[in-house]
Amino acid sequence: MIHVEHLNKRFKKLQALCNINVQFQKGQAISLIGPNGSGKTTLIKSILGLVKPDTGTILFNGVSIAADVSYRNNIGYMPQIGRYPENMKIGQVFDMIKSIRKADQKGLDEELYYKFKLDTLSDKNMRSLSGGTRQKVSAALAFLFNADVLILDEPTAGLDSLASEVLKEKILQEKAKGKLILLTTHILSDLEDVTTHIMYLQDGSMQFFKSLSELQQDTGEERLSKAIAYLMKNELKKKEVAYLKIAN
Amino acid sequence: MLKISKYVLYDILRNKVMLFYSVFLLILSLSLFQMEENSGKAILSLMNIILIVVPLISMIFSTIHWYNSYEFIELMLTQPVSRKKVILSEYIGISSSLITAFLVGVGISICIFHFDSTGIAMLLIGCLLTLAFTSIAFLASVKSKDKSRGIGAALLLWFYFALIYDGLILLVLFTFSDYPLEKIILFLSSFNPVDLGRIFIMLQLDISALMGYTGAVYKDFFGSSIGLFFTLGIMLLWIVTPLFLAVRSFGRKDL
Repeated sequence: MIHVEHLNKRFKKLQALCNINVQFQKGQAISLIGPNGSGKTTLIKSILGLVKPDTGTILFNGVSIAADVSYRNNIGYMPQIGRYPENMKIGQVFDMIKSIRKADQKGLDEELYYKFKLDTLSDKNMRSLSGGTRQKVSAALAFLFNADVLILDEPTAGLDSLASEVLKEKILQEKAKGKLILLTTHILSDLEDVTTHIMYLQDGSMQFFKSLSELQQDTGEERLSKAIAYLMKNELKKKEVAYLKIAN
Repeated sequence: MLKISKYVLYDILRNKVMLFYSVFLLILSLSLFQMEENSGKAILSLMNIILIVVPLISMIFSTIHWYNSYEFIELMLTQPVSRKKVILSEYIGISSSLITAFLVGVGISICIFHFDSTGIAMLLIGCLLTLAFTSIAFLASVKSKDKSRGIGAALLLWFYFALIYDGLILLVLFTFSDYPLEKIILFLSSFNPVDLGRIFIMLQLDISALMGYTGAVYKDFFGSSIGLFFTLGIMLLWIVTPLFLAVRSFGRKDL
């Protein structure tokens, strides 16, 4: 469904993405994992067209995303830090996005909107919202249009445990409908039961893209967080060996 | 596209800066017409103030508004809306509100006191200058990611067009005063929309007779219909070129 080919992106001195090749299919729930600054958000932003790659192409259903913006009709995006027009009210933001996406009331999925009780807050100014409420707004907007692809950047960060439980349930529910879900996270245990595939990024290059069962076999660990920790430790060891070699 | 412009306009109307701008221009123009016995003199003073104020307000307001609506722009770009559409809607929203404020503020008193070709020329030039400087401001703010740098660039550009450019022209005039410079100055004036506007309005007034040979050359050129189209054409270039560059550079930008 999403096809990334030879993607490269450099921000001045930093190589943010280095020759990324990957294919995401319908029904997969991919966790993008990697240390801070490994290029997870840059990859997501490239798929959304917010970051323009230096070289390489991204195909969405076989069509290059550079050609036409209409592919974004099929994407629900929840940003890491939701930034909204400060002087608009919650209700106005929702109305605005609805009118821009020309959605009719029938196709809308307002479950999260009501479950997060945003309807009772619709007169609140975006400026006065707490970080958690902002996240709720982002989540509700991402799921609102029943999009085929859901891109969630750190979905549970900043949410209280109740809300994050609601969100997780929603993600599972959407996954069951056969949607493609792409998410990044640092709290691995949080999304263990959601994930089907793992994509591991480090310093802008993809270390591996495996299904969860493959990963469990390879590392011999049952739990995702332990498996990743095992891999990261190995990575560190390799580096330490390299440093030691240089030192001696 | 107009749908997004509607939200931009809505945002601008709420912060009331446009209202103050409009009221300021209205009070200014009314009091100028009241103070001067001769409305021709009043319109000359009004012109001098407008040629300073309109570019300044257009540039500063557009730049600040651009940076303040960055969240809005980012939000739009995660939706199925193209970048070109987003920036052009912003432009339409900002420039239409600036033009409305200008037309209300200056238009009312001109209609009451001085409704002739000079008055209409002044309204026209005011609108064209608003459009030109809004698009220059867009270029400055798209090019610089940092807010203070963008506003600084806008201010410097305004200084250049409103003050420094005239100084440079004077310098050229004095240095080469032994040569016939009329045609060259005519040519040079098209590199500055403010100067172009000033000459265009002045020639609608009868005072060009006082400006000697240069005035006669100007009158000969700008007074004709070719001159009119020349002025409008150059003004249009000043509107379209920066806007085009801004749209292009915004299309390639990382957010």
